[in-house]
Amino acid sequence: MSTSSDTVPNSSSEAVRKNTTAETVRDTTSESDVTATPVRGTRLTLSGAFLGRPGAPALDEVDLDIAPGEILTVVGPSGCGKSTLLRTLAGLLSPLAGEITQDGQPLTGPSADRALVFQEDALLPWRSLRGNVELPLAIRGVPRAERREQAQAWLERVGLGTQARQLPHRVSGGQRQRVQLARALAGRPRAVLMDEPFGALDAQTRAGMQDLLVEVLQGTGATVVFVTHDVDEALFLGDRVALLGAGGLVAVRDIPRPRDRGARDDQARVALRRDVLTSLGT
Amino acid sequence: MSRYALRVLSLAAALGLWQTLTSLHVDLWLRFSQFPTVTDVARAFAARLSGPDYWTDLTDSLTRILSGFLLAAVLGVATGVLVARSRLAEDLLGPVLEVIRPIPAIALVPVAILLFPSNEQGIVFITCTAAFFPVLVSTRHAVRALTPVWEEAVRTMGGGRWRILGSVVLPGALPGVFGGLSVGIGVSWICVISAEMISGQYGVGYRTWQDYTVVDYPGVFVGMVTIGVLGWLTSTAVELLGRRLTRWLPRTAYVPGARPPRPARSVKPAPAAPATTPGGSRPEEARDEHLV
Repeated sequence: MSTSSDTVPNSSSEAVRKNTTAETVRDTTSESDVTATPVRGTRLTLSGAFLGRPGAPALDEVDLDIAPGEILTVVGPSGCGKSTLLRTLAGLLSPLAGEITQDGQPLTGPSADRALVFQEDALLPWRSLRGNVELPLAIRGVPRAERREQAQAWLERVGLGTQARQLPHRVSGGQRQRVQLARALAGRPRAVLMDEPFGALDAQTRAGMQDLLVEVLQGTGATVVFVTHDVDEALFLGDRVALLGAGGLVAVRDIPRPRDRGARDDQARVALRRDVLTSLGT
Repeated sequence: MSRYALRVLSLAAALGLWQTLTSLHVDLWLRFSQFPTVTDVARAFAARLSGPDYWTDLTDSLTRILSGFLLAAVLGVATGVLVARSRLAEDLLGPVLEVIRPIPAIALVPVAILLFPSNEQGIVFITCTAAFFPVLVSTRHAVRALTPVWEEAVRTMGGGRWRILGSVVLPGALPGVFGGLSVGIGVSWICVISAEMISGQYGVGYRTWQDYTVVDYPGVFVGMVTIGVLGWLTSTAVELLGRRLTRWLPRTAYVPGARPPRPARSVKPAPAAPATTPGGSRPEEARDEHLV
């Protein structure tokens, strides 16, 4: 079903480089070994899973297989259970019924393997930007000097190297989301779960963030599940898109030419976009 | 600077009023004729300062309040976190604490006398009990009010309960905890002085009461001034420590005495931009936000 994880990042980055302005593509020469060591993605499987909180089921009988290294986007009307799906995959919620596995092993709870990026401010406000990025490294037991260095390298990758010592509330909302991204990736997770991470940003900032995301994911090999209510965002970022409707998973579709800004007018893409919008009922 | 001048002025005005009313022996409805004047008190104060007892009293009182207060801070924060985070702890400790809470700490003097072998320990116990409840209650509220995403974020990084306690709960609750500590230090003074008056040997409260019983009114006022100044110093210390530890709290820009804005420092140095004045650097910051 999914595109091979080996070829996706390369072709996509080419596309990004061609199609974005020099401003939005950040300098990656500072990229060190620390941030580019490949991690193998993880396979996440839901079989016959009923998701939700006890007494308030949100999604019934979800069967979904997320391949290692793929980017799966999830769209659906608000309140349909997108966040529930993500929280369940993160291990913060247990399924009401059915089974969820990671590489064949049942999922028991949250783990550093599966990082979660939140829509709202989830940075710890008393830690500097670098302090926030250092946190997953500290939890993993990386020695102080080394984690400082790695955190700094990650901040540089998201273009915030000079603001490393600022407190979160001193920087803009978009910058905070970049730090969240750096923090999520610094722990070298095998899956990154993103819950409308750019939902609160304006359109221009959002496009820049999408390009940045594609760029920093490069070489991590991590599996990504990206929840959004923006169809264009879903079609740009994903290898596949999962459509959620009232009470369940409606369809999973392959996306032609993912992460290619030039593919907007592609016939297949236009047709898919129409289908998705129809199924969302807009 | 002018704010400090204002503060000194306010104190000076209060002293001036006192001096005028007492030296003129004003006897309207309130009677100031028996009142010691400021100069009487100052003279008594100077005499006390050179005597040996004053400093013994001072260090005794300070030792008592500091040990009681620190003990209360540790116990209050620990119990508050426990009760807020664990349903079992809430069910086990909650009822007992709620029943003890309304009892004024000073009413525990008989309990202290029965429980502790020495007066000293009794006074520390009373001081500690007084400060314990404000700290406990505000810690409990602060911990319950923590933003859930902070904890979820740490859990998805693989953090366990101790990591959550150290990295989320304690730092996140700190602003609320300091609210409780500020109230607690004030209540501690009330109780340490009262306890000393009842059962102390040495201590500012004890001395003040002694002076009263021998009708040494200037001496009573020396005691009161001493208590006032010590109380003010200790609560300022708590306040400053709190502000220092919670510097991360976002504050509105116009807070007097807040750091002046330091724009253009963090932003990449732009040679062409006229970023020399704080006003000139604003577009710079705005553009940076836009770039995100």
